[in-house]
Amino acid sequence: MPQRDSIGYTVGVAVVLCVVCSLVVSVAAVLLKPRQELNKKLDRQRNILDATGLAYAETGEPASQLNAKQVQDLYTRVEEHLVDLETGDFVEDLDPDTYNERAAARDPQQQVKINTSKFDPGFKFREGVVRVYFVRGPEQEIKQVVLPVYGKGLWSTLYGYLALRSDLQTIQGLTFYEHAETPGLGGEVDNIAWKAQWEGRWLYGEEGTPAAGVDKGPADDDDQYLVDGLSGATITARGVTNLIRYWASDDAFGPFLEKLKADMGQGSTLASTTAEPMGASNGQE
Amino acid sequence: MAKNKTVDILFGPVFRNNPIALQILGICSALAVTTKMETSFVMCLAVIAVTAFSNASVSAIRTYIPNSIRIIVQMTVIASLVILVDQILKAYMFEISKQLSVFVGLIITNCIVMGRAEGFAMKNSVGASFLDGLGNGLGYSMVLMVVAFFRELFGSGSLFGYQLMELDRNGGWYAPDNLMLLPPSAFFLIGFMIWAIRAAYPDQIEEA
Repeated sequence: MPQRDSIGYTVGVAVVLCVVCSLVVSVAAVLLKPRQELNKKLDRQRNILDATGLAYAETGEPASQLNAKQVQDLYTRVEEHLVDLETGDFVEDLDPDTYNERAAARDPQQQVKINTSKFDPGFKFREGVVRVYFVRGPEQEIKQVVLPVYGKGLWSTLYGYLALRSDLQTIQGLTFYEHAETPGLGGEVDNIAWKAQWEGRWLYGEEGTPAAGVDKGPADDDDQYLVDGLSGATITARGVTNLIRYWASDDAFGPFLEKLKADMGQGSTLASTTAEPMGASNGQE
Repeated sequence: MAKNKTVDILFGPVFRNNPIALQILGICSALAVTTKMETSFVMCLAVIAVTAFSNASVSAIRTYIPNSIRIIVQMTVIASLVILVDQILKAYMFEISKQLSVFVGLIITNCIVMGRAEGFAMKNSVGASFLDGLGNGLGYSMVLMVVAFFRELFGSGSLFGYQLMELDRNGGWYAPDNLMLLPPSAFFLIGFMIWAIRAAYPDQIEEA
């Protein structure tokens, strides 16, 4: 082929190749997108069900063992709300289906500067509006509140859910749905036995500052705030402590939780009159 | 004779001419994804698919590829296939694709894929190239699975996620070897494998 190295032929081949390859890639991306979105959504729902202990309480299995139908059925007990962290008020003028927290955290128009010297989640900015989840009991009372939390570990950002009981002080569970920590070391944040320790820990210390976290080494049996450390994962563990304390602090969910507590005490439309008093067991176990 | 050649193309790279052990290609992902057998297995399938199909496609268009841009053409074909595989994994094997994270995307830079496209597929027929890609993918997989076997067994006490030795942190007796969970352990394991293969085929020993 004499003209195989001519400029015209070379450009022609390059153009044809690019068009063919981009067609293949874009067709695949478009065709598979609905399935991928569904997977992501299911994954988040599974983690919320695990954080709240709903999956285990209802079926005796962690949510990862349930099929899509079971997850969706259980998830009907969970409702989503958007909350403005600065005021602690619910946001009605944003569509929960299209609102994207991660995009908002990067968008200069929507992001909010993180303003705390005590607990460092590893970021300078966060989104202003977040999504919270309520689990309702049979009488429509709020049984649990699930807060999205995230912060830097060793290699990656850990994204997770922190479930609180209706006293807004006792932790029901903590799960991470996305991270890339070392499997077997920092990755042990996914260990079911380790995660089970969070149940019943207290989030706030005596002065109302966030106190829940991960200990160095084994935690004392009578410690109300700390869980066992993860061996070989000091930085991941510190990251987990920081992210819980940051999101529980006044710079993040503090104002919202205070308002919610006041609302629940008065039995407003949000929380029904049968909301349990502080410290009462919610009968989950 | 023809049959022998086919067998040789397909299985030669698995032991005797292994891309990782003899050519020391594709080490990076062999370190990164081998903490668990399940993730390694999916990674292997992905690499086998990409090497086989990229070899076949490059071979199919080899007479049309202008010499001056042949590397870019191969790269484009490989990159498209890798994206395709990544998209399929995200849609159908979500859990595992989460664990493999960026490493599926990094198949693009896996030297084995590129090396076979340039070294074999540019000169051979579509069928032979496909088999060669399959064989090299299998050779890569063999090493990965052996490394993952030892790393998961001694690092997590399990195989394919099935717990064989109960860990002390979960109330069992086995104190896991944390080194096995970190990437450098794969270096040692691959080193031992290269030693074993070169002991079996002394002609592979390089002059010091």
